[in-house]
Amino acid sequence: MTIPINWYLLVAAGLFSIGLYGVLSRRNAIGILMGIELMLNAVNINLIAFWRYLDPVRMTGQVFAIFVFTVAAAEVAVGLALVIAIYRNRDTIVIEEIDLLKE
Amino acid sequence: MVPIIIFGLSALITLGAALAVVTNKNILHSAFYLVLAFAGVASLYVLLEAPFIAVVQVLIYIGAIAILIVFAIMLTRRIGSDDLIQRNAQWIWAALGAAGLFLVLGWIVYSVNWPVVTQIVPEDTITILGQELLSTYVIPFEVASVLLLAALVGSIIIGRERE
Repeated sequence: MTIPINWYLLVAAGLFSIGLYGVLSRRNAIGILMGIELMLNAVNINLIAFWRYLDPVRMTGQVFAIFVFTVAAAEVAVGLALVIAIYRNRDTIVIEEIDLLKE
Repeated sequence: MVPIIIFGLSALITLGAALAVVTNKNILHSAFYLVLAFAGVASLYVLLEAPFIAVVQVLIYIGAIAILIVFAIMLTRRIGSDDLIQRNAQWIWAALGAAGLFLVLGWIVYSVNWPVVTQIVPEDTITILGQELLSTYVIPFEVASVLLLAALVGSIIIGRERE
């Protein structure tokens, strides 16, 4: 018996929701970035599951997943550089205290 | 039967580790659980017969992104300590929203009749993937490398210590 596609999609949906909760509830900027990584992983599971079950002969799904990897790597590099720059200037990475534009 | 057991274990590890990532009080422990979640996702890729993606997952996510996150936590260490409250005031609404999103997504997953095909995966997907990347998808491939270069330069400029 093979695993139905629904199971993979359900796991991905769960992972995305958990990541969304992390993004919305964390006060630490790095914690928010971790939530975003979880959400990107969920998207990748979906892409690979759709490739495997709906169109396994062409490689479109895998190529798309590789681009998601690339963008995730670029995003986390720039994001963490921003976090470190903010920490150096403001001595905090708690999101609520980073309110320069409000003042 | 064996694939189903492996799937169940991978899904359990992935989701459990992800929950630990978003709820753990110590942000450094969250980062270690993040590695576990990434490893669970990699085993899901193996089950989906995408070995290249699984290896890339281990290399990029565990090998690069998770390590980068650990470095960032170490550099901002005081913030990672246990006494800081890690949840903001709106966490209950965030939890409700995330649970609602999960219910909606689950309902969609089960209400759509996915047009699953019975074709089997080609023998050497990695060869085909390499050829496709350098023929059909060569423009996006090059654009992705420009994006990586831009991110590299940008993060060095942003993160650099100013005189």
